Amino acid sequence: MNSVGLFILVLLYLVLLFFIASVAEKSRKPFWVNNPYIYSLSIAVYCSAWTYYGSIGVAATRGLEYLTIYIGPIIIIPAWIIINAKIIRISRVNKISSIADFISLRYGNSRSLGALITLICAAAIVPYIGLQIKAISDTFHLVSHTANSNNIFTDSATYVVALITVFSSYYGTKYVDASEKRVGVIAAVAAESILKLIFFLVLGIYVTYGVFNGWDDLYAQASTFSDFAHKNSIGGLTGALNWCLMSLLSMSAIFLLPRQFHTTIVENRREKHLRTALWLVPLYLLLINIFVFPVAWGGNILFKGASVNAEMYSILIPQKFGQHIITVIVFLGGLSASVSMIIISSIALSIMMSNNLIIPYGILNKISESNVKDNTKLIVTVRKIGIALLIVCAYLFYKFYINENSLFSVGLMSFVIIAQLAPSFFSAIFWKRGSYWGAVSGLIAGVFMCYKMLILPEMSGAVVSQSFFTIDYFDPMTNAFFWSLFVNTVIFALVSIFGKGNYTERNYAEMYVDIDKYLKYQDSAFVWKGTAETEDIRRILIRFLGEEKTKQALHIFNQKYNITDEEDTADARLIKFSENLLAGRIGTASAKILIESVTKEDKISLPEVLGILEESKQNILLNKQLTEQSQKLKQLSAQLQHANASLLEKDKQKDEFLDAVAHELRTPITAIRAAGELLQDDEDMPEGIRSQFLYNIISESDRLNELINDILYLDKLEHTEQVLEIAQYNIKNTIKKVIQPIEHLVEKEEIKLDVRLNLTREFFYYDEKRMIQVINNLLANAIKFTKEKHGEILLSVCNPQENLELKIYNSGKQIPDDELEMIFEKFYQSRNQNLKKPLGSGLGLSISKKIIEAHHGYIYAKNILDGVQFTLSVPQNYDKYEKNNYSR
Amino acid sequence: MKKIIIADDEHKILMSLEYSFRKSGYEVFIARDGSEVMDLLKTEIPAAVLLDIMMPNLDGYETLQQIRAEEQLKDCKIVIVSAKNNPADIQKAYDLGADAYVTKPYSIKKLLQQVDELIT
Repeated sequence: MNSVGLFILVLLYLVLLFFIASVAEKSRKPFWVNNPYIYSLSIAVYCSAWTYYGSIGVAATRGLEYLTIYIGPIIIIPAWIIINAKIIRISRVNKISSIADFISLRYGNSRSLGALITLICAAAIVPYIGLQIKAISDTFHLVSHTANSNNIFTDSATYVVALITVFSSYYGTKYVDASEKRVGVIAAVAAESILKLIFFLVLGIYVTYGVFNGWDDLYAQASTFSDFAHKNSIGGLTGALNWCLMSLLSMSAIFLLPRQFHTTIVENRREKHLRTALWLVPLYLLLINIFVFPVAWGGNILFKGASVNAEMYSILIPQKFGQHIITVIVFLGGLSASVSMIIISSIALSIMMSNNLIIPYGILNKISESNVKDNTKLIVTVRKIGIALLIVCAYLFYKFYINENSLFSVGLMSFVIIAQLAPSFFSAIFWKRGSYWGAVSGLIAGVFMCYKMLILPEMSGAVVSQSFFTIDYFDPMTNAFFWSLFVNTVIFALVSIFGKGNYTERNYAEMYVDIDKYLKYQDSAFVWKGTAETEDIRRILIRFLGEEKTKQALHIFNQKYNITDEEDTADARLIKFSENLLAGRIGTASAKILIESVTKEDKISLPEVLGILEESKQNILLNKQLTEQSQKLKQLSAQLQHANASLLEKDKQKDEFLDAVAHELRTPITAIRAAGELLQDDEDMPEGIRSQFLYNIISESDRLNELINDILYLDKLEHTEQVLEIAQYNIKNTIKKVIQPIEHLVEKEEIKLDVRLNLTREFFYYDEKRMIQVINNLLANAIKFTKEKHGEILLSVCNPQENLELKIYNSGKQIPDDELEMIFEKFYQSRNQNLKKPLGSGLGLSISKKIIEAHHGYIYAKNILDGVQFTLSVPQNYDKYEKNNYSR
Repeated sequence: MKKIIIADDEHKILMSLEYSFRKSGYEVFIARDGSEVMDLLKTEIPAAVLLDIMMPNLDGYETLQQIRAEEQLKDCKIVIVSAKNNPADIQKAYDLGADAYVTKPYSIKKLLQQVDELIT
């Protein structure tokens, strides 16, 4: 096929891609927009021209090593469900549009770190793109049978590259907001993924079953090669170590390559799409590798002894047999692989270049003063030129440098350089201590190691000299990878641990590592201290979003947080919200710089952050304490209320008592006064009456005295310490002492008094004087209430269960049951109108009760037979009580 | 001859009052509680009744109430003689229809004068 025909074919092929992209772009149907298969297939952009040609070259000349590039991703992809889900969430809330954004935001939204990562990516990816161009160019010449020309303008491949450049820059810059999804491009890339897989399978089937007689035939012929066994084994422990490290390298590449980050993270629409990718991507990688081995060894067999480039076997084999269609199909498959890689890589890189390098360092001042139209135009232009420039650079790089070098080694070099992002990338989401300076120093050290161990020898073509950093059983590439990453990681970790990050870093660290927690609080979780005017922020937003969109966005924000439109000062939430809005367009670092230009942020020192935390902790603690105290206060207040009520009750009782005392005192005084008055005024009073009145005066005086004594004694019983003198007494003697003085009175009243003693012993503990007083009271009571003539009184004494028990029964009027307890109250009788006036003070029963209670005993009255019985009981188990209580 | 009923549960107080009123020319009936007063009133219509408040069985207030309920006793003057001296108790007595309230201890001379004035 001649070059013009092939060129037209390439053109047609690109037109097909344009068509797919524009259909997807225009229709915006769920099939294009929300399709997990398109998403998963776009991730297969991982399989570039390297897979198509490089793998076959490696398989033919070196052996199974090529597999490591796919084994690594296949092993790690199941972990996407954790790692990538987290990264997707972080990127979504922060409008992250590239890996440079992702890492630099984590380390304090640092402009310099973003720029550094951009440069590293560019350094790694531009040669890589160059490789793809080399693949296109080489195969183009091979298929069209034209010679490779050193003059760029006469080289037909140049025009192919120019076409790709136009396509990439057109579709790569359709959106100003870099974090928006590129439906068209992704659909085209997914289509290309299908094409390149089918085309490669067609080639494989052709070689295996068309050229050879299936696997067995091929294997039988290949196995005659002397180095077959050597090439198709892992190669012992050293080989295994290399395998491991190479798998590790490709493992990190599937995360870190800008095109992979772009397709997997930035273009992800739904988190659940990851689940499809989880099986589809590994399956894809397995399928595309099935026929690498037969094509490689088929080539080895067919071109044995001929000097041909093994990387070109996939074109040379069909060409050898005159299969033009298959040759063209393979060329188109390789073209698909290259083009999709070039497009996505250049888009990802151009976003990084514009958002992390050109805007923040170059044109930020300019755009912050222009209007929205100019700004949008400017940003788009910057990106367009960026994409074009990258491809041109890559082309030049290919033309003037890698023409002679293999796809495989240049590709691996890119991988090793990109892998330097691994420590800061993975620790970003798992390790809160990672710091800006750790990331920067680790990156610089790692890249420096790469330069020394990889790029320098590669450029000079010299053999790597033995040095400290040489491990014998490593390949030079593995060796460089191991040492650069080792030094990078160690420095990153050490600097992070021993340095201390500023509060912004910590803020983002918290957010990245605990993204799920952050999602709940969103903007308000952000710690920011300073002053800003809402109006200033609005003006900035207008410059990038336009009047209408800004109004909408702020309206949504105000509604979300219930803020009135009149709010003049912006708070942390608005700052974060606005930064996010801008981040998509100009990158997180530039967004921060812009917002900072109108805000006066007060630096929050670490102690302040800790202070805030401590404060809230204290608040919680204080709150808890307050609640406890308020509960205590409630209890106290209830107790006080209770005490108050009981005090009021006591006060009332006291008033009543005093009232009663006054009344009781006035009665004898009345009698005395009346008698005295009569004695004074009435001189001719008969002698008998005179002496009666005199007697009255004396007896009422005695009564007064007795009353006062009783009152005082009762008070003493109630308010002072125990006044009992407890000792062992013979109860018989005590009873005798009580009975003797009243025998005369009982006889006179013709009362039948019966004393019954039913005792197992005679000596008991009590205060005899007081006990006599109690029994006296009760007997006097009994005499008073029994029928005046022929009454019956029974005094019985016993000692059940170690207690001294006395019962005094009298026949006569019973006490209403509901008053049986009240009779022990002070002045009960005088207050109760139904009872006869007491003979004594009216305090007798109260005093008796107090005395028995002081003995730890009890007294009660009950109605039995046709009378009333008082029972008193005094415990004798004194061991249980402290003797002190009684002897005091 | 003017009739008077004197009621008190204190024997010694009764004694002095009985002696004084009799000497002033009254026909004196004594009672030791309210119910005895009511018994006496069944047969006698006195010019005055002296009532203590704190008495067993029927107290002074209840007795006062019962006397005031009797139509034929409406001219009978009732004097409460009590050791209770707070205004609420005194007011209660007047509300129930007492004609005078004398607090203990009293001057017998003044008590006699008061009763004399009441019944003339």
